[in-house]
Amino acid sequence: MGMTVTEKILARACGRDAVQAGEFINARLDLALANDITAPLAIKEFEAAGAKKVWDPERVVLVCDHFVPNKDIRSAEQAKFVRNFARRQGLSNFYDVGRMGIEHVILPEKGLVAPGDVVIGADSHTCTYGALGAFATGVGSTDLAAGMATGEVWLRVPETIRFNLKGTPGKYVTGKDYILYIIGMIGVDGALYAAMEFAGGAVAALSMDGRFTMCNMAIEAGGKSGIVAPDAVTEDYCRGRTRRQPVMLAGDKDAAYARVVDIDVAAIEPQVARPHLPSNAVPASELADLKVDQVVIGSCTNGRIEDLRMAAEVMRGRKVSPHVRTIVIPGSQEVYRQAMREGLIDIFINAEAAVSTPTCGPCLGGHMGILAAGERAVSTTNRNFVGRMGHVDSEVYLAGPYVAAATALAGTVAVP
Amino acid sequence: MMFEGTVFKFGRNVDTDVIIPARYLSTTDPQELAAHVMEDIDPGFVGKVKAGDIIAAEENFGCGSSREQAPVAIRAAGIACVVAVSFARIFYRNAINIGLPILVCPGAAREAGSGDLLRVDLDRGEVTNLTKQKKYQGDRFPEFMQEIVAAGGLMNRVKEKLAGGRPGSS
Repeated sequence: MGMTVTEKILARACGRDAVQAGEFINARLDLALANDITAPLAIKEFEAAGAKKVWDPERVVLVCDHFVPNKDIRSAEQAKFVRNFARRQGLSNFYDVGRMGIEHVILPEKGLVAPGDVVIGADSHTCTYGALGAFATGVGSTDLAAGMATGEVWLRVPETIRFNLKGTPGKYVTGKDYILYIIGMIGVDGALYAAMEFAGGAVAALSMDGRFTMCNMAIEAGGKSGIVAPDAVTEDYCRGRTRRQPVMLAGDKDAAYARVVDIDVAAIEPQVARPHLPSNAVPASELADLKVDQVVIGSCTNGRIEDLRMAAEVMRGRKVSPHVRTIVIPGSQEVYRQAMREGLIDIFINAEAAVSTPTCGPCLGGHMGILAAGERAVSTTNRNFVGRMGHVDSEVYLAGPYVAAATALAGTVAVP
Repeated sequence: MMFEGTVFKFGRNVDTDVIIPARYLSTTDPQELAAHVMEDIDPGFVGKVKAGDIIAAEENFGCGSSREQAPVAIRAAGIACVVAVSFARIFYRNAINIGLPILVCPGAAREAGSGDLLRVDLDRGEVTNLTKQKKYQGDRFPEFMQEIVAAGGLMNRVKEKLAGGRPGSS
């Protein structure tokens, strides 16, 4: 029996020729990640267990991105706790204000994740790195503490659900629309415990940024990981960037899949996921006339340069509706600088949108754009749960950058 | 491990944002977190819950964010055990790792109503609804996970390893 690309990565990480879905393994880690709200618990567990040094100070990555720049005194204390640990441990990959970005934007950008890697992160959107042909999954703080101490993680080898995307997308249809459509089709637990493998011509045609967006939301279907087998696009992205030698693995022709789903992307319209589940995806055109108070463009899902280019393409020379507060958050310092070079920041400011330093901020209702009771946002983020972005009676509609930007201009849900 | 307690019943897809909203994540103190547990889905929950009570929920309990503060808050609020039709995978791992007893038992979880008295035998994977006088068989933990539970959580295994005990088993 052949293996899927995920099984091959995991077999390699536990030093075996083959593994099968359902087996429990101890896998060697290439990277372990935490942020300013998950690291404090992990550090406490790490120290309580009597651990003195992390297993490899180059492979434990800490990023302060959720509640920074510090939103209040308590979040300042948490960030300080993480910072002090990073210094004590001599971590070479600690990212703080001015040098940081949203974790899942900067780790690939700085070449810290390579194809073939096994990565755990105390953040559910760690599955983003599957776009590079790595196995990457979100864990809690205690799993992360164990990983920091030992360089290993226990895993149940996941079944793989393969999504074959074929055809040519219509205008303004992006990776975000693909993944919202898929989650809408299979539900928020449709891929529970499984690896979601994205393949086919329409995925091959996606840029790395589009692939990051797709893999990022695998967790919103309950997936353990998302993955795109590495190809020439991956290799191009890694060249001159990735610090380790990429391990380019492909699934076998006779690999066993739990399910294979064929999708013709030509049939997908720009999508919007209504409250309060990411699976409530409908064509944006069905929601015209729905008034919006705030638009957020950014996050680990859609805060990369290509996302900002899409938003700017729509907003160029226009002004956002006087009824809409529009907040644009580049995902990293590098994305911010590139957006400046290309004149995108001017476009946003001229359109009367606010542009912020990188932060997860509003996505999880932390800061930088909290909603009041009865308010409604269209956001390029990943979750629209009850109270996610603020008051328990506020609403979040998830969309891609084109729809978000068009909505900001119109004041109601719109497609460019 | 055996528990007997009164049920608080929740539906499908209870996410970790409603279990403990992000606005309370600037602390790791279990009691402080427990003071807000389930606030956005059942504002009266904290006032009603007593030590030893049981949560029963439908599919995909604990979906969304990886925040371990969610099972920590549930445990600190006094909940003895969570029985669900299914759990989101990160929540499932987190619960095992921190020692919050959980059990997948679809029949019991679906049919239980708030206020029912439930008896959970974790070792056998058995649930008895004492109010409805009905018995259900749930899923026992796979052996690999039983070892973690028996060790008293993941970090105890790490301690053994750091002490030069068992090298990364299996």
